[in-house]
Amino acid sequence: MSSVHIRDVRKSFGTFEVLHGVTVPIEDGEFVVLVGPSGCGKSTLLRMLAGLENITSGTISIGDRVVNNVQPKERDIAMVFQNYALYPHMTVRDNMGFSLKLRGAKSEEIDTGVKRAAEILALTPLLERYPRQLSGGQRQRVAMGRAIVRDPQVFLFDEPLSNLDAKLRVAMRTEIKELHQRLRTTTVYVTHDQIEAMTMADKIVVMHDGIVEQMGSPLELYDRPENQFVAGFIGSPAMNFLKGKIKVNGSASFEGPNGVKLPLKTAPANSDGKPVVYGVRPEHFTIADDGAEAEIVVVEPTGSETQVFAKIGGEQVVAVFRERHQFSPGDKVRLKPDPSLVHLFDETTGKRLNS
Amino acid sequence: MADIALTPAKAKAEIREATAWDQVKHNRNWLGFWFMMPAMAFLIFFLAYPLGLGIWLSFTDTKIGRVGQFIALENYEWLWDDAIFWLSVFNTLLYTFVASAIKFGIGLYLALLLNEHMPFKAILRAAVLIPFIVPTVLSALAFWWIFDSQFSIISWSLRHLGLIDHNINFLGDPTWARICVIFANIWRGVPFVAITLLAGLQTVSPSLYEAATLDGATRWQMFRHITYPLLTPIIAVVMTFSVLFTFTDFQLIWAMTRGGPVNATHLMATLSYQRAIIAGQLGEGAAISSAMIPFLLAAIMVSWFGLQRRKWQQGENND
Repeated sequence: MSSVHIRDVRKSFGTFEVLHGVTVPIEDGEFVVLVGPSGCGKSTLLRMLAGLENITSGTISIGDRVVNNVQPKERDIAMVFQNYALYPHMTVRDNMGFSLKLRGAKSEEIDTGVKRAAEILALTPLLERYPRQLSGGQRQRVAMGRAIVRDPQVFLFDEPLSNLDAKLRVAMRTEIKELHQRLRTTTVYVTHDQIEAMTMADKIVVMHDGIVEQMGSPLELYDRPENQFVAGFIGSPAMNFLKGKIKVNGSASFEGPNGVKLPLKTAPANSDGKPVVYGVRPEHFTIADDGAEAEIVVVEPTGSETQVFAKIGGEQVVAVFRERHQFSPGDKVRLKPDPSLVHLFDETTGKRLNS
Repeated sequence: MADIALTPAKAKAEIREATAWDQVKHNRNWLGFWFMMPAMAFLIFFLAYPLGLGIWLSFTDTKIGRVGQFIALENYEWLWDDAIFWLSVFNTLLYTFVASAIKFGIGLYLALLLNEHMPFKAILRAAVLIPFIVPTVLSALAFWWIFDSQFSIISWSLRHLGLIDHNINFLGDPTWARICVIFANIWRGVPFVAITLLAGLQTVSPSLYEAATLDGATRWQMFRHITYPLLTPIIAVVMTFSVLFTFTDFQLIWAMTRGGPVNATHLMATLSYQRAIIAGQLGEGAAISSAMIPFLLAAIMVSWFGLQRRKWQQGENND
């Protein structure tokens, strides 16, 4: 186990810079998830950490050692690939023991290592099978087994669950998290799925267009997104954004599209008339007599909750209710955001304005 | 049910018996048979029939212009005691093994090279195919000039470099002649091996190499443990074809040496042609050709069994 430090790392392909100075400290034993939309540079960063891509500038260190010019095999890391990259001509046993074999380990040593990993992942009955004869979830576990066998300083996961069906993905998510709690190996996990990030991470690093937008614990990111991008990216259904102005007139409030008034707990100093983006999560709406008038467009019950799409001042918003309301399209309701859970962002920079 | 009486539909047209034509139209096996017929007819008329006729001829003493008698194995008995026939068998085996082995070596090397990222990759890949596109006889003629006893460019160059005093008698000396025809065959056969293996290499997922890099494999270990095992099915196919083509080669030899000097480059195919067409002994020539069949079958068997062993390729059977 080891800490990892990524310091001001940049990556260019030719003249095209894809990472613009990324700094991420990762503590020993931490589960860090790099999350962001496609093309944000998260996979590139992971591959640089693995040594599969060169580092244009900046440093990456594992433990106390700067690994910029260290060969991948000497970095003491193990990676699980999106397509698993299992060797098709080797049995599960040989796949898992391959790295030990290359290292010149004795056959008993390989056996013990493979056996231990197979027991952890419940792969023992499958050891003599070929990858072709395994289901998606089993292949996924073999790929993890291959990583465990090496007992590395750091585990790297590159979107490992995206090839699985929805149900299996949830099961494997738990399995990976459980594995981490058991082995306590420093883990860097790349995904584009914010739910995976929220459920698994000790620390989430939200990336976008080659920069780190914000990092922190899942709930920190959920409760206090530093900018509009993170606010919109974390949470499902996504946060509602309404454009408008702050009105300070004794008490603070927000004037949204077509003059809709929405409550604010406090306003930043000297912000009267300032154009802002008002963010409210779907689950922070309540039905209240002093709420803003909204016309219901679509109702989507999921059983545990009901998602309601409605128009406030002509803008569509989504609200989620745990309780069962009998709404139908066209109904008029009064939606009230919880003022203590409202987020304000600068209209031009997207930066968070309220504390 | 509701008590609304449905007006009975007008009596439908009576269902008629299916005619024979209907049955033909709807029976997929029968239809499939007819779709298969043209291809089968081609194979029968142009492959099976000549092959059968050739084998039949080898049991007769047919000469050009005279229908022969059935003489059972007499042609083969003659060949058994014929030193030139055995020399041609030896030549053919030598030619096939040496040329195929070197073609495989160079072809694999070129394929690995062309699979790397390098400038002008597309042009280089196209260039490799050139020897394959040139008609065999044309390239044979070119080689004929290259290896000419008087005008050979190789002899000329070596003489001007001061390395030799006399022209090398490339096609007149038995050893040189063998080397020359093998060289020409290799030159012609390498593109086929290289391009086919390159196609095979491109089916290997790059992530396997990345995984192997992280597992600590060196370049050689990656080749040994990943590239080579994954390529074996294609190697088996391409080498079977290469061996079959080389074993039955005729054009190159006939254009360059006609089997000479003193039969040193006579292959079974050229000897068969010489005996059957030039000398008119159709029966004996057919026996020489037929004698190639066991060798060819053996080559096919080797690759067939070589291909069968690979369990990892087989489908999703959870045994």
